[in-house]
Amino acid sequence: MSALIHLALTFGMLSLLAVGGGTAVLPEMQTVLAQQFNIDHTTFVHVYSIGQLAPGPNMMMVLVFGFQIAGLVGAGVVLLSFFLPSSILCLSVGRLWVRIGERPWRRALQNALEPISIGLMCSGVYAVAKSAIIGPLTLGMAVVTLLVIVFTRINPVFMILGIGGAGAALMHFFGLK
Amino acid sequence: MTTPTESRQMLSPLEAAPPRVTLWQLFTEFLMIGAISFGGGIVAYERILLIEKRKWLTSDQFMATLAISQTMPGLNSVNLAVLAGDYVRGTLGAIAATLGLILPGTLFVLIAGVAYSQGEDHPMVNLLLAGVAAGATGLLAAITYKIGTNHFRHIQSLAIIIATFVLMSIFKLSLIWVLVIMAPIALFLYRPRKTESASDGSPHG
Repeated sequence: MSALIHLALTFGMLSLLAVGGGTAVLPEMQTVLAQQFNIDHTTFVHVYSIGQLAPGPNMMMVLVFGFQIAGLVGAGVVLLSFFLPSSILCLSVGRLWVRIGERPWRRALQNALEPISIGLMCSGVYAVAKSAIIGPLTLGMAVVTLLVIVFTRINPVFMILGIGGAGAALMHFFGLK
Repeated sequence: MTTPTESRQMLSPLEAAPPRVTLWQLFTEFLMIGAISFGGGIVAYERILLIEKRKWLTSDQFMATLAISQTMPGLNSVNLAVLAGDYVRGTLGAIAATLGLILPGTLFVLIAGVAYSQGEDHPMVNLLLAGVAAGATGLLAAITYKIGTNHFRHIQSLAIIIATFVLMSIFKLSLIWVLVIMAPIALFLYRPRKTESASDGSPHG
């Protein structure tokens, strides 16, 4: 029971701190899951990667952490605590907004949060890369994926599945990393 | 994508009478987006649904709703579903739209997650996951680059980005402290000014 409350508080907090989108809380999530729930960084990155193959919002993989920590109930607790607080807040503020109308400081707040959110995303890239880049091969794969996605219109899911499969074959047959 | 002219008349149109929509319609339309939007870009799908396909929102209403979704914490695509659902059918509408949006992804990650938790030590699975993880790192870097591209060229934004990164990744402060330190500084730097109102373009879209 106390594990479930701990889970709910953790993901509820992450929900409310997710400025500029879910990816901003990735580094914090990785740290908290490692320190308080014994989810090591490799597992974190594996689950994150599985989540990138899923349809819909890109943070649904948080449910898998809930599942690993406390089974299906844990997944349910994480679903509610990660999506409910921010949604209720957004709903309430959204309604208030209709009444008060646009104000210059809303634009100012959004402008101020954007670079912070990008800084946090850079931390997210760093946190994920530290576990996912384990040698020259994986580094090369990440760079190729980055370039292909920036310069073409390929669906990222096909890209990471394709390069993941090719990379796995190289690792398997030639022992590269 | 926001334009400088949008700022004034943004929200007043939201008060117009909402179109008549059933909860089931809201649920199934967002369910469709939740099921087909592989590889991100959900906000673009939502834009097509809300403005073009069903015309539940006008373009101005959509931009206003998107702006609130981006300002509030939480996932932009989910916040947008909450606000659009609330606009057409109130609280129940918000719930129906959000449930539809997240249901397919929820089922996907639960099935994949259970499979992963059971086959974690299989060598081939681990190799494939290591490969996909390298690709996912590149993807995250690409998304960060695309969203940040205007900000990286702007000295003030770049300073905030670097400071945030250093506090989070080098000093390893917890997120709440990073926000407590950085938010007031950034808000001060981006405070509303009388002369250059809304001149700062946003790369989010």
